[in-house]
Amino acid sequence: MVCDTHLPFEHGQIIMSIRNLSFSYGAKEVLHNVSLEITSGQLCGLLGPNGSGKTTLFKCCLGFLKPDSGEIRLGNTLLSNYSHKHLAAHVAYVPQDHQPAFPYLVREMVEMGRTPHRGMMPVLSRHDHKAVDHALERVGLRQLADERYNHLSGGQRQLVLVARALAQEASLMFMDEPTSSLDFSNQLVVWETARALAAEGISVVICCHDPNHILWFCDNVAALKEGRLLAAGLVGSTITRELLEELYNRNIHTEQVGSRTFIHPSFAYLTRC
Amino acid sequence: MTFRRKLVSVSVLLLFLVATLFPALLSGAYDIDAGKVFSLIWSKITGIANSDITRAEEIILWEIRLPRLILAVTAGLALSVSGAAYQGCFRNPLVEPYILGASSGAAFGAALAILFPHIFLQGQLTAFVFSLGAVFLSYSLVASRDRIPPLALVLSGIIVGALFSAMVGIMKYLAMDTQLREITFWMMGGLHYATWSDATLNLAAIIPVCLLLWYYSWRLNILSLGDEEARSLGLNPVLSRFFVIVAATFVAAICVSTCGIIAWVGLMMPHAARLLFGPDHRWVIPGAAILGAIYILVCDTIARTLTSAEIPLGIITSIIGAPYLLWLLRTKGRTAYGL
Repeated sequence: MVCDTHLPFEHGQIIMSIRNLSFSYGAKEVLHNVSLEITSGQLCGLLGPNGSGKTTLFKCCLGFLKPDSGEIRLGNTLLSNYSHKHLAAHVAYVPQDHQPAFPYLVREMVEMGRTPHRGMMPVLSRHDHKAVDHALERVGLRQLADERYNHLSGGQRQLVLVARALAQEASLMFMDEPTSSLDFSNQLVVWETARALAAEGISVVICCHDPNHILWFCDNVAALKEGRLLAAGLVGSTITRELLEELYNRNIHTEQVGSRTFIHPSFAYLTRC
Repeated sequence: MTFRRKLVSVSVLLLFLVATLFPALLSGAYDIDAGKVFSLIWSKITGIANSDITRAEEIILWEIRLPRLILAVTAGLALSVSGAAYQGCFRNPLVEPYILGASSGAAFGAALAILFPHIFLQGQLTAFVFSLGAVFLSYSLVASRDRIPPLALVLSGIIVGALFSAMVGIMKYLAMDTQLREITFWMMGGLHYATWSDATLNLAAIIPVCLLLWYYSWRLNILSLGDEEARSLGLNPVLSRFFVIVAATFVAAICVSTCGIIAWVGLMMPHAARLLFGPDHRWVIPGAAILGAIYILVCDTIARTLTSAEIPLGIITSIIGAPYLLWLLRTKGRTAYGL
């Protein structure tokens, strides 16, 4: 049923390929003919205005939603051929910051990431505990392991969810706007963690609203508008003024400072108001 | 709290449960001393008759108090475990068998079986079917694509419960005198009709399913994160929730069919267990089970010894339980439950 010969992935190999994906909620088409390849060990930013279909694309890639047409392959195998459990061993989801219904401990949250590897038995093995400790260590939350998850700051909570994905030992992670509710310093911590993961060969797809962040931290970018893929490729060559103006329908300026590109609105327009 | 401390706490609770068994057996209108209890149980196990024990004492202990004790303990288990399971799988710390309509549904099923014994042959089965129907009705009234709003679920459960209570009212209107008496007993909740057949049914049906739900506690933890996260962690949330609802409703319905409606216990005990052990269902389920057994046992002992006539157990648990819920809502409602 599931062919595992291509897992785990070599650095630079294509881990997930999306071909001609279309999806609609009822009569409303949310994704139209999207094709995208995700390379292992790279950080891929997903850019697009609100309602452009980013979340739907994520849900299709995670197997939550079944595409109407087109296909998604993990390695060489169609996503629909994976069982829930098998898929979870390879692909992890880092949801947006949220309050859980019950105040679990940080350690307990991360332990749940072990589920695809250990089944549903109530007792964790020594190996599971090791993986949990290691994951907490990697995001620097070892000291907070016995704190309540809902007592942490938003940034720390996001890191706990990253640690859970690490404990899941997934080779591909989808992060849904991980920085949206965080202060500047916490945003940087999340990005640095994401970069460190990519350096270790994990592919990370991050959906983010700040094109500057994608320019600074990501390797690749995919830009979605109204369910269509406008552009995809290396950030340096793909994120251009023209692309951003088309994405957001407004005047945008780019500025070169040293080797870095910065994106900002037209300040002349702002002062005129 | 570390694993070891949790283990010690569970053991202490278990000891406490064992310790409450004896006052429950010994207290009552007829005084029996502890030595006789031991020698009677010993003689029942070995089959050797003991001449110290009078026939009256044997009947009081063996035919009245012991089945009642078993009923109290298993009812506590059933209500607390089903409450904890519902709370986990609906991500909602405010639900329990009574609030979700499971108890009223089961009472309606039991009433139907009393009134029409030729059509509904198996009282417990009828109770279970209607109980399951009530829970799924409350759930489907509010469930949207990926969210079950907590307060809306409580409201719809209360509405469904009221609907089934009204239908029990119709049954009462249609009932003959003896049937009416039986139905009224169901609505009030009490253990005073305890028989060995009820006790063995409870033991055989409730304990294995409670253990199964305990085995499911890891899935409950994951379900309590929400459907999308559960799916991304490799669990099929729809299938797992369905299983948990069926199992939790089964124990609740069996409990209602033998002991009547006992409200609030399924809400209070999981919460008390969470205060002791934290929210991990691997500990909440056994913790709530033992606490529930102790609670019902103590309440029932109070119910039958406080006055010369017996007070219905459901009334005692409600008198303690309703203020507890109020306190819970006022102190924790905003922060913990997002209300």
